[in-house]
Amino acid sequence: MIEALQLPPRKDPQKRTVSPTRPPEARSRASLGLSAAAAEGRFALQVCAECNAVQYPPRDACSNCIGTDLPWQNISPAGLLLADTVIQTSTKLYFRERTPWRMGTVKLDAGPVVLCHIHSDCKKNAPVTMLNRLDAAGQGVLLAIPTTRTTNMEDDPLLRALSADPKHRRILITDAWNPNTPALATALIEAGAAAVFVGESESWRPHPNRAALAQIDKVEVQPLDVTDTASVKKLAGEFGGKTDILINNARFMRPGGVLERGDTVFARDEMEVNYLGLMRLAQAFGPAMCGRTADGVNASAAWVNILSVNALSNSPDYGCFSASNAAAYSLSQSLRGEFRSAGLRVMNCFVGPTDDAWYQPLPPPKVLPAAVARSVVDGLKAGLEDVWCGDVAKDVRERWMRDAKVLEREMTTGVDGA
Amino acid sequence: MTQRQNYAGVAVTAPFSMPYQRYSIDTAHWWIARALRGSLDAAGLRPAEVDGFSVASFTLFPDTAVGLTQHLGLCPRWLDHIPMGGASASVSLRKAARAIQAGDVSIVACVSGDTNHIDSFRNLLSSFSRFAMDASYPYGYGGPNANFALLTDRYMQTYGATREDFGRLCVAQRENALRNPNALMKKPLTLDDYINARPIADPIALFDCVMPCAGSECFLMMSEEEAQRRELPYAIIGSTIERHNAHAEDDIQLRGGWTLDLDELYGMAECTPNDIDLLQTYDDYPVISMMQIEDLGFCDKGGAAEFVRSHDLTINGDFPHNTSGGQLSAGQAGAAGGFIGMVEAIRQVTGTADTTQVPDAKTAMVSGFGMINYDRGVCSSASIIKTGARA
Repeated sequence: MIEALQLPPRKDPQKRTVSPTRPPEARSRASLGLSAAAAEGRFALQVCAECNAVQYPPRDACSNCIGTDLPWQNISPAGLLLADTVIQTSTKLYFRERTPWRMGTVKLDAGPVVLCHIHSDCKKNAPVTMLNRLDAAGQGVLLAIPTTRTTNMEDDPLLRALSADPKHRRILITDAWNPNTPALATALIEAGAAAVFVGESESWRPHPNRAALAQIDKVEVQPLDVTDTASVKKLAGEFGGKTDILINNARFMRPGGVLERGDTVFARDEMEVNYLGLMRLAQAFGPAMCGRTADGVNASAAWVNILSVNALSNSPDYGCFSASNAAAYSLSQSLRGEFRSAGLRVMNCFVGPTDDAWYQPLPPPKVLPAAVARSVVDGLKAGLEDVWCGDVAKDVRERWMRDAKVLEREMTTGVDGA
Repeated sequence: MTQRQNYAGVAVTAPFSMPYQRYSIDTAHWWIARALRGSLDAAGLRPAEVDGFSVASFTLFPDTAVGLTQHLGLCPRWLDHIPMGGASASVSLRKAARAIQAGDVSIVACVSGDTNHIDSFRNLLSSFSRFAMDASYPYGYGGPNANFALLTDRYMQTYGATREDFGRLCVAQRENALRNPNALMKKPLTLDDYINARPIADPIALFDCVMPCAGSECFLMMSEEEAQRRELPYAIIGSTIERHNAHAEDDIQLRGGWTLDLDELYGMAECTPNDIDLLQTYDDYPVISMMQIEDLGFCDKGGAAEFVRSHDLTINGDFPHNTSGGQLSAGQAGAAGGFIGMVEAIRQVTGTADTTQVPDAKTAMVSGFGMINYDRGVCSSASIIKTGARA
């Protein structure tokens, strides 16, 4: 059984912060399919299109029939733990600093034998369930966990290292005004967050979330305007060193495409908040968070962007807003590359139309604030990179994966008589 | 399946081991040159007289056997590079033997060597194989220690072997090593030392692991007439086998490719396990030696634990095994670890093993195993060599 993880005492500023190190990042191109599946929390392996043989390790030709068409498919995560070891010494710094490290051999029900990390509660010669998770190098790795829940199982150091669990972490939500903020704060506190800081722009103006936030324990509202570099820097100066997870939910949106608007005023605001706001936050908070990814129980763990799913493919009804989200999405990919060396993960939560004033003209289904909060918390716990929140977001993702050009044509249908 | 032809008329001679060093500032090229020189001097040959060259090495990068020909000023008409690590000696031997029989080449130098700089082992690990990079190293980066820990764990579960059994094998090898002045390990090892050693990757502890080092090994091959003309002591080849990726369907490797070709191995050499005077196994971990003792027919599958309990594996024992101390006690010099048993066996059957000589050794078996590509050793090989002419 695993001891419950304790909230660490206040950090001793005289002690050296442990430098981030990483497990090995190098992979063959075929192997990146595992990382792509892990980004969405799927346990997938290559399956031969000719003979249906399940493959592992990832490869370029089937080990049964030499067929070369090996698409990735979701596979049963059931297996049996055949052998295990506890590594006591390693030539790789990341593991050397974290020994003893348990790994072992699991025979999958689907066929292949895999080497994988082993949760401390797994028993030898007993069934296990496989997880495919992103590690600190941002690569998909396999972890065997017990088939039934065990006490404090999330607190196993291996499992925690493969997640961005909010438990005991301090979290900054950037926009108090966003309708989803109270739900996010509540869900994070319920998930065990040590504190939630909420940035609030234009504090002199009343807004409906203020009273709700005031009622949530461990929530602290701080002035923050993501369009103002000085404001962002000021907050980062005070809170950058204790922000373990940053959730950027700042959003400026107005309906309309290019012709409908007639000028660039709203578009400029959308870019200021949705795109440049992200950039300002990253420039101010990124370095400190990158320096603290190995800082113990409440090490920094994740950067979260809440984006419109129309970042992937433009919806002309909200054409300019979609464009600003596409810019933010593209920037998040740059941040992934820039945060990679530190092992700080970037999670994008793609959301369909939300149930708030600016999406009022759209028909259901719409995403409720609680659903966004649940997606974000679940995504952090599972260490995901891409989260699809709501039926519309999942639908767009399916179409986008199937054929991005067909999706574009679907999204840009004209109106008769125009 | 075709019937293998015999290796009649081929001589294996001039065994030379360059004394190992824990760390070396010299390169693999240097180590290979020294071993080659050693064998050539033993045979009274000049480099220009060698027209065949076979190389096994991990640390030559960016060079291969090709670069070495120019580096060493050789002009071979037959050239081979054996990337099979622990299985390389028998593979090198059998290929060269066929070329000599066919008249493609007259004198082949089979050499292996590697250097060991301070960071060599870590660097070698990081670029060893694609499957290891993708599917083994991300899981704790335990290197071969972790792989063999899993194999050992499964072997112990399946056959009831204990750490004491592995310890007996290691202790016997250390005793042999103490008679080999070139072995890196100089201190006696007791079973208590073995059991209480620092854990590395459970159930593997310090004395289950080889010590990476720099070193090189070489032998020469030519026709028997040539060896006789030069009055060289030499061995002849009874049989050889190699096998790759055998038993891929086994969940965990508890047997190697030897089992597929065992009948031919003994049949061609016209002998049985009882005729083997000494056995040189590839001993990167004791469990692998145990596996070979079983798979090469010295006991039933799973019986190696009982076998080591009831046999004396030292030079003067009833089952001389890894007489120079093996890699466990002499050191693992990279790909030369694949040659250590062969070169020692040639010395043994030619009566030139000096301080480690098994009295009256006539028939030796040399087994090879190597290349943990992902979760198991992919290559296996074995040879039976016999006395051709004693010193």
